[in-house]
Amino acid sequence: MNRNINRAYIPISYRMATLIMFLLSAVNAAMAQEESWEMPRTSWGDPLIQGYWSNSTMVPLQRPEHLGEQAFYTEQELNDILRAEFDDEYGETQAGTPEDVHYQFDDYLMNRTADNITQNLRTSIIVDPPNGRYPELTAAAKQDLEDFRVWRDKYQWDKAQNRTLSERCLIWDQEGPPILPLGYNSTYQFMQTEDYVVLKLEMIHDVRIIPLDGGDPAENSLPQWLGNSRGYWDGDTLVVKTTGYTGRTNMPGLRRAPMSVDAVVEERFTRVDETTIDYQFTVTDPTVWTQPWSGNYPFNAIDGPMFEYACHEGNYGIVNILSGKRTEELDRMRAAEQ
Amino acid sequence: MFRLLVLCSISLICSTTVLAQSEGLPRRDDGRPDISGIWQVLSNANWNLEDQPAVQGTVESLGAIGAVTPGKSVIRGGRIPYKPEALAQLTSNYANRRTEDPEAKCFMPGIPRATYIPQPFQIFQTDTDIFMAYQFAGAERTVFMDNHMEAPIDSWMGWSNGHWEGDTLVIEVAGLNPNWLDRTGNYYTSTVKVTERYTLKSPYHMDYEVTIEDPAVYEDPWTFGMTLYKRVEDNARLFEFKCVEFAEEMMYSYLSRENYFRNLGIDISGDDEDE
Repeated sequence: MNRNINRAYIPISYRMATLIMFLLSAVNAAMAQEESWEMPRTSWGDPLIQGYWSNSTMVPLQRPEHLGEQAFYTEQELNDILRAEFDDEYGETQAGTPEDVHYQFDDYLMNRTADNITQNLRTSIIVDPPNGRYPELTAAAKQDLEDFRVWRDKYQWDKAQNRTLSERCLIWDQEGPPILPLGYNSTYQFMQTEDYVVLKLEMIHDVRIIPLDGGDPAENSLPQWLGNSRGYWDGDTLVVKTTGYTGRTNMPGLRRAPMSVDAVVEERFTRVDETTIDYQFTVTDPTVWTQPWSGNYPFNAIDGPMFEYACHEGNYGIVNILSGKRTEELDRMRAAEQ
Repeated sequence: MFRLLVLCSISLICSTTVLAQSEGLPRRDDGRPDISGIWQVLSNANWNLEDQPAVQGTVESLGAIGAVTPGKSVIRGGRIPYKPEALAQLTSNYANRRTEDPEAKCFMPGIPRATYIPQPFQIFQTDTDIFMAYQFAGAERTVFMDNHMEAPIDSWMGWSNGHWEGDTLVIEVAGLNPNWLDRTGNYYTSTVKVTERYTLKSPYHMDYEVTIEDPAVYEDPWTFGMTLYKRVEDNARLFEFKCVEFAEEMMYSYLSRENYFRNLGIDISGDDEDE
């Protein structure tokens, strides 16, 4: 149970999200009809993106393979899928089976009606390559991945430092850049001054301080988990370039997308209406990927405030995971002695 | 000049700007002091808010790097007015400081310690709220200038409501989790109320005065003060100090496979099965 806790969040959240998206679709359709909107601006004239935003979405990062280059569902297709997933989510499970051990989906925070879920017909967040999926890994990256899997199978339970970055409260999958939806704790607080945009991530109370001088992010930088970001306003679009990653997140399982020290990420934030920021990104990392890949999804306005996510301070999980494993090993040794 | 006079005659904001120039303080368009930028203390307070002579630290193997540096008390009156029954906890904190200090564990330092932990922090003055980002442990807080509310929930960095009293930014912080104030083990509990006062004295330095009330452990409210210095180097910036990985060996190594079985007297050398 413990060892699977991180993985368990994702499928449940997405499936739950699809259900709620279905329920909200009528509301969102009405909202989309708002007209005569004018870009709100800061006192010095930049587009206003300060506020609280959510990137909760039912759209998966990678497109289901059978859809090929179909970038959008029809409404009918989507409704059919949502109904099927609704039935699956609330289908009866049999007591005493592993399938019956799941979250209480109606609990607070599991009930996604509290969130503002993206309503769109996209079949994937990745828009390029045209099949909506990660491009092929380079041969070196494939070898790294294989080496990592071998290492993980052998040593992942040995000590805290061998656990995943998210279990250790160092960095979470979706923090980016690029920022990717995870499925829960999807809140962001954006703040603006004339010289900076500050992106505060609920997960795991991380802050990206982005100078708006348009400079080279490699200048005055050090390797960092979240890289080094510099930005500028290109008309009404905030363009942010990030380099200078640690290269220590270069493994799936530790992070959703591998990322080497050579990675360059460009993000484009454009407020398109009162409640939406369009977010586009491109990842270029020739050490890992045979070609760049790009994605697109919206941030939706939500009410604040945002509460503190203290991950490490309350990390009972890492203690429980390790002590559980030690107990298991001890039991096995004692059984072998008899 | 004539144009400036005309503009000033019709603009209250402009008149405060002219006043500001006479004071030599940088100001924002709204007339408030501009306290944005990267700040840091030059103070021994993180070792001990009270008087601290130089002594050997808790880890002798670090040599002089591990020594406790000297500094006078920053507290008005010199001492924290603990209730007698609160002193046992202080003694226990001190005895266990090597492993129990939240700083050693890379926990968010709370307010006011985040200010005088010896790493920089950055203030952002937006059109509405003020935001403070701290290099240590990536701690941060929003200072709500409108929409004041009681802390909806306790947290490590607390809930900050701010307002201006003349040129002084006053922040009232509550909803803090119990935390330490320094490496000596001085502490507050969850009933603490912290009032901070930031007063810009020049473009390069600022007075920082703090009053701490916590009837659970102090006889009376008490006040300390220090100076914040602006980091003016061209390349001054906040970097990541994600210190969790530096605390893991201290916090969790008793559960590592190697240590756990060694402590039980079980030999696992040559035991390669962990499938």
